[in-house]
Amino acid sequence: MTFDTFRCPANVARLDELVAFVEACADRFGLATKKKFGLLVALEEAFVNVCHYAYKEGEGDVSVGCGADGDAFVVEIADSGAAFDVLSLPDPDTTADLMDRQIGGLGVYFIRSLTDQVSYRREAGQNIVRMVFRHTEEPLQ
Amino acid sequence: MTIQTTKESNATVVTISGRMDAMTAPEYEKTLNEFIASGETSFVVDFQGLDYISSAGLRALLATAKLLKTKGGQILLSNVLGTVREVFDISGFGTIFKIKDSVADALADIG
Repeated sequence: MTFDTFRCPANVARLDELVAFVEACADRFGLATKKKFGLLVALEEAFVNVCHYAYKEGEGDVSVGCGADGDAFVVEIADSGAAFDVLSLPDPDTTADLMDRQIGGLGVYFIRSLTDQVSYRREAGQNIVRMVFRHTEEPLQ
Repeated sequence: MTIQTTKESNATVVTISGRMDAMTAPEYEKTLNEFIASGETSFVVDFQGLDYISSAGLRALLATAKLLKTKGGQILLSNVLGTVREVFDISGFGTIFKIKDSVADALADIG
């Protein structure tokens, strides 16, 4: 398992660079177009979560590794903020009408919906979200 | 993301293309807020050229729609297609917005 890694300050302004990096990696792997779209949404949601919430006081980096693990494409997003499992957040109510609709939690919901498998671990002072995209199954409905 | 606006007789048509993400969505919200502040109440937002949308894009759409609703205005979407449509379906946003097949259909609906 060899990962290519992109490291940058946790700042939303770096999104384009990150997307270009991971997209190139997914293309080398040969991820199907539809699957890649889901990957890019899940990637943005995970990255933006780190940018907004990982470093409450001061600044820090985010490190994104991607590559093949067997026949699956794997992306890992790591930050050095306080221990927090973003996957512990509840799903939003996706049936509320316009005025009652809350946007909070939608990003995590997309991460869950658009990955084939997602997990969180705390390792060596880092929060690591691991997203797995398999060749075969389509994550989008 | 590029935003183009056209004033029709009964609404302002906002044509969005490219990516509506965490970097670009604030620009959409700012543009619409300016129109709303100047008194416009009816919008058709056309997604024909939109390739990508994330929760940040949905957040901006929702904020604008809520603001308009408090002012008695309305916002319709057109050409919500492909992968963008799937994001709408997964999030349930397909049911909280009025979505039409074309700009012409949306303008006709506003009347």
